[in-house]
Amino acid sequence: MRQYILKRLVISVITIWLIATCSFFLLHALPGNPFATQKMMSPEMLNKMMSYYGLDRPLMEQYITFMKNLLHGDFGYSLKYVGKSVNGVIAQTFPVSAQLGLQSYLLSFPVGICLGIVAARKRGRAIDYSLVAFSVLGVSVPVFILASLLQYVFAIRLKWLPVAQWKSFAYTILPTLTLAIGSIAGKTRTMRTLMLEVITEDYVKTAKAKGLSGLQIVWNHQIRNAIIPMIPSLGMEIVSILMGSFVVEQIYAVPGIGAYFVSSVQSLDYTMTLGLTVFFGVFVITANFIIDLIYGLIDPRIRVVK
Amino acid sequence: MEEHLLTVRNLRVSFDTYAGEVQAVRGVSFYLDEGETLAIVGESGCGKSVTIQTIMKLLPTPPSRIKEGSICYQGKELTALSDKEMEEYRGKEFSMIFQDSMTSLNPTMRVGKQMIEGILRHQKISRGEAKKRAVELLGKVGLPNPELVYRRYPHTMSGGQRQRVMIAMAMACNPKILFADEPTTALDVTMQAQILDLMNQLKKELGTSILLITHDLGVVAKMADRIAVMYAGKVVEYGDARQIFYNPCHPYTWGLLGAMPNLIQDVKSELYAIPGTPPDLYAPPEGCAFAARCPYAMGACLKLDPEEYVCSDGHVSRCWLMDERAEEVTPPDGVPTLPRKSVPGKPSGNTLPEGGTAHE
Repeated sequence: MRQYILKRLVISVITIWLIATCSFFLLHALPGNPFATQKMMSPEMLNKMMSYYGLDRPLMEQYITFMKNLLHGDFGYSLKYVGKSVNGVIAQTFPVSAQLGLQSYLLSFPVGICLGIVAARKRGRAIDYSLVAFSVLGVSVPVFILASLLQYVFAIRLKWLPVAQWKSFAYTILPTLTLAIGSIAGKTRTMRTLMLEVITEDYVKTAKAKGLSGLQIVWNHQIRNAIIPMIPSLGMEIVSILMGSFVVEQIYAVPGIGAYFVSSVQSLDYTMTLGLTVFFGVFVITANFIIDLIYGLIDPRIRVVK
Repeated sequence: MEEHLLTVRNLRVSFDTYAGEVQAVRGVSFYLDEGETLAIVGESGCGKSVTIQTIMKLLPTPPSRIKEGSICYQGKELTALSDKEMEEYRGKEFSMIFQDSMTSLNPTMRVGKQMIEGILRHQKISRGEAKKRAVELLGKVGLPNPELVYRRYPHTMSGGQRQRVMIAMAMACNPKILFADEPTTALDVTMQAQILDLMNQLKKELGTSILLITHDLGVVAKMADRIAVMYAGKVVEYGDARQIFYNPCHPYTWGLLGAMPNLIQDVKSELYAIPGTPPDLYAPPEGCAFAARCPYAMGACLKLDPEEYVCSDGHVSRCWLMDERAEEVTPPDGVPTLPRKSVPGKPSGNTLPEGGTAHE
């Protein structure tokens, strides 16, 4: 086990280095420079800015500086937001996105799984059909339509919840719901299919032949086996949800990390883009590693030897 | 009639599918006495598995449904029981061993946990006691280091070991009847013999009746007291193991026996195979289901399904050839001839006219 973790660790470091290097050179290969969009900047001014941020040095030198700082966990200062460090931006916005993501995940995972199980158990009945209809709808309705709909109904019409912004728990409810509904719909569908596959398995018949009741069989034998194929996708989902949903954050004016991600690429904010990319990369790799360990816990057949 | 442990009478089971109704079991009757082994023999799709899974109510309804017939266990009508009431019987009175021990054990659960689940369901004992019982059973079925096996996952064991676990699990609550659905098909021949020996030994020890399903006549010869030969959802012939092996009366049974490789006979001869395929059970034929493949088929065979003819005491065949108006035929090489000709000592020749009554 220790050997396995060590191996994974080494591979992870290499992967992160690759991510950082590739994005560094790709980003610098883009035409233009970070300050080109700012109007009324004289050539002298531009030169000064370039040399202030070290952007006039040879690319290799910049790369080495970048890597050195990266080793210290320092992503540098934003080229766009004066006086803001990338680390600061992450520290400020990531918790917001993470809270939003976690809330919607904690809601969507159990609800989606449960609905999927119910649909499979009541296959062919009215409940099943309505759940299938809901999941098709939930998957296909775009997030921004859903968001506007929820805002209109719950904030403007019923006045139960605030329309936007991020001040207290009440403000988090609508964005959480918006993110969760699509995810619930997807999970319901997947779980229903997986449960229906498992129901015809021989070991379910064995369990029934032992005299176990329907609920016991579902709980002890079906859920765990049905959930196995879902696990690998969970890793990516957790990551994407934690890293924020740009659209939802925009609509609800949530001060999350998503907006920085998009705007930094548009404005060629080298340090911000690189910092967020590396941060994201580390996150994906860690999440996948944890998911792999959980995978082994749930399915003993792929448990890592020793 | 009620002295039998289990009596199945005229059982008809159908599956409702989009393509129509599949008549998987079309009137099966048999009985099982305490401590005996009945083997149901037949090719794939003849309804043997459906029959025993119907008795245990393991089939999902819908699509399956019992159209007709009765299943009587110790004087109790099982077809009338709800699924909930049936849970009391499953695992306690009846238990089951399946063909593929790889898929019939839960891959994500330790063997021990799977065993005590059933024990705790039917016996009022503590978890600790249940564990002790499980370990004891694992030892009894011949697994070395039962305490270690208790903590293992199915995928770490061999096929034979897993089938032993299945048997231990099935025997956990001392069931009255053990249904074994091709228990050795997935195993190699040496393992097969060991598993069959184990089943026989447990049967003797605990007095359990076994209802064995197989298409392997070698297994039947080793295990069965009585045999029911099934074809296309019907029992075409049944009787004592000796009667079936030495005086088979149905051309399908001849075919089955003839299709067994014979080490004594001429090695060069090609292995016999019954020509054709079984009938479509969406629309079973009007007459005898086997008529289309039967080399001895007569006009009557295509028009009307034969009733049961008593060949000798307790030996019944559903074939028009048994009628006295039928021409006498000789079974193929290697298969004993009809009893009315070849066994002078036995009470043979009591063939009945058309529509003759069933035995008993």
